[in-house]
Amino acid sequence: MIENLDLSLVNWSRAQFALTAIYHWLFVPLTLGLSYIIAIMETIYVKTGNEQWKRITRFWMTLFGINFAIGVATGIILEFEFGTNWSNYSWFVGDIFGAPLAVEGILAFFLESTFIAVMFFGWNKVSKKFHLVSSWLVATGASLSALWIIVANGWMQYPVGMVFDPETARNEMVSFREVLFNKIAIYDFLHTISSGFLLGSMFVLGISAWYLLHKREEFLAKRSILVAGIFGLLSSLLVAYTGDLSAKIVSKVQPVKFASMEALYDGQKNPGLVVFGILKESDKMIGEKKINDFVFKMEIPGLLSIMTGDGKDTFIPGINDLVKGNEPMGVLPVSEKMERGKTVRSLIADYKTAKLSNEVEKLQGIRRMFRDKTFIDNYFRYFGYASIDKPEDVIPNVKLTFYAFHIMVMFGFYFILLFILALYFLFRGTIIRKKWFLWIMLISILFPYVTGEIGWILTEMGRHPWIIQDLMPVSVGVSQIGTGSVITTFILFAVLFTVLLVAEISIMIRQIKLGPKH
Amino acid sequence: MNSVYSAMNRLFRFYYDGFKNMSWWGKRVWIIMLIKLFIIFIILRIFFFHDFLKKKYHTDNQRSEYVLEQLINSK
Repeated sequence: MIENLDLSLVNWSRAQFALTAIYHWLFVPLTLGLSYIIAIMETIYVKTGNEQWKRITRFWMTLFGINFAIGVATGIILEFEFGTNWSNYSWFVGDIFGAPLAVEGILAFFLESTFIAVMFFGWNKVSKKFHLVSSWLVATGASLSALWIIVANGWMQYPVGMVFDPETARNEMVSFREVLFNKIAIYDFLHTISSGFLLGSMFVLGISAWYLLHKREEFLAKRSILVAGIFGLLSSLLVAYTGDLSAKIVSKVQPVKFASMEALYDGQKNPGLVVFGILKESDKMIGEKKINDFVFKMEIPGLLSIMTGDGKDTFIPGINDLVKGNEPMGVLPVSEKMERGKTVRSLIADYKTAKLSNEVEKLQGIRRMFRDKTFIDNYFRYFGYASIDKPEDVIPNVKLTFYAFHIMVMFGFYFILLFILALYFLFRGTIIRKKWFLWIMLISILFPYVTGEIGWILTEMGRHPWIIQDLMPVSVGVSQIGTGSVITTFILFAVLFTVLLVAEISIMIRQIKLGPKH
Repeated sequence: MNSVYSAMNRLFRFYYDGFKNMSWWGKRVWIIMLIKLFIIFIILRIFFFHDFLKKKYHTDNQRSEYVLEQLINSK
């Protein structure tokens, strides 16, 4: 029973999922980004007929192939974990997760894996144009894979387009359109793939810098910097733009996460956007949780309200308002949401009792309620609050959320500047002489990886305690299995993924040192 | 019939030649990939990752009952 839930089971299950997702995300973004860069380079080759571009394309394709092969199927483990470690959640989610993941498996993965064979085996065997189309289809397939996964994740952030059936304890999709065009999913998808494009560009830039530092492959390096510089600059601008759109939606549908991103405790009209700040725990409390105060902060006045898209006089609720409520501003307290959640829960209990006594009319009446929009909007949407112990439990780790957000934004601006400088030095013809800058480009390969992982940590931990926003906390979603077995698989994954990562890096380094073969 | 056979033959030759002429790195990553898939789908799936509800209950009805119980009694 959940009353006796071992907290370490929840934490180890979360840690295991996080470890798997973090490692998986080390492979995915490079596939996303590099596939488009290769397709662009091959397009130039087909358009110009210049064999040097073919040589460049094939070199980057080698590195793409290594990353793709090592990373493929690492995401499958996440699906295993749903069934084993998060069985209540998987059952409750019903076909909402199944549909996008099935489309991902059938359409995107097969598109990707079929045409990847043409990409690697098809040189000189199929026509130039067919080969080029295959390269573009691999890139498109990789992005489509990401789309379906993020649609599923978007539903966890903002569950829409479904009704709950108390008979089966599952959610049923009633609008595929709503699930697919969920605002969180769409903006997160664009933000995620553009961050992958950025990472791929930075990877190409960094490796090209290494060649220039070693006075090798100058033509390849300069042409690669040209393509990756332009693609990377456009991608980094898209990352910033879609990040802003994402934040706007988060402010509406995940206001506690949004307030935590800015460590905003007391809501206000026209609050400033914190550019940089240092937090420390204070003696002030919300319930049993300590509040974080700023030791120091730099902020742009009034920008936070503008960022939400509702104008500068918009009231932005702080964590205090969201937990304790703010009636004049129309913010419900968590205690009220808990009551509404409990109403839903007792209705489900009534359903069970009615089922035992075979009260057909009552059963039908309750099922109808769960399909009623007013009931869904005013009660069912708070169902998860029934399992919340104290109102302050809905507050995520504010320090982590705040720093994750600000580090991500800081790197975002760094990338824009770096791509601009790379193109500037390239066009001026001075890039070879700027050794300091070549070193920065090389080291910067690591930063998009760090930023991407931080972005996911913010997305997932920023909505803690929810596994499905407002509907199910992690403590309810977890399976009642032995903590020992979760620890064992955690260690197994850590070893397996580390071996894979070392293998990938060592094979890649070998190929980079060898340089283009053709 | 002949054209289908010819197409199948060409497809087979396409993959056969591709694998036969694979570079050092290609062979290496295929070995790693096969070992990885073996670990994931055979070792992990069979020995560590049972579907919790499928293993514990035989019918969807029982699974629904169990999850409903968890939803009602959770704290």
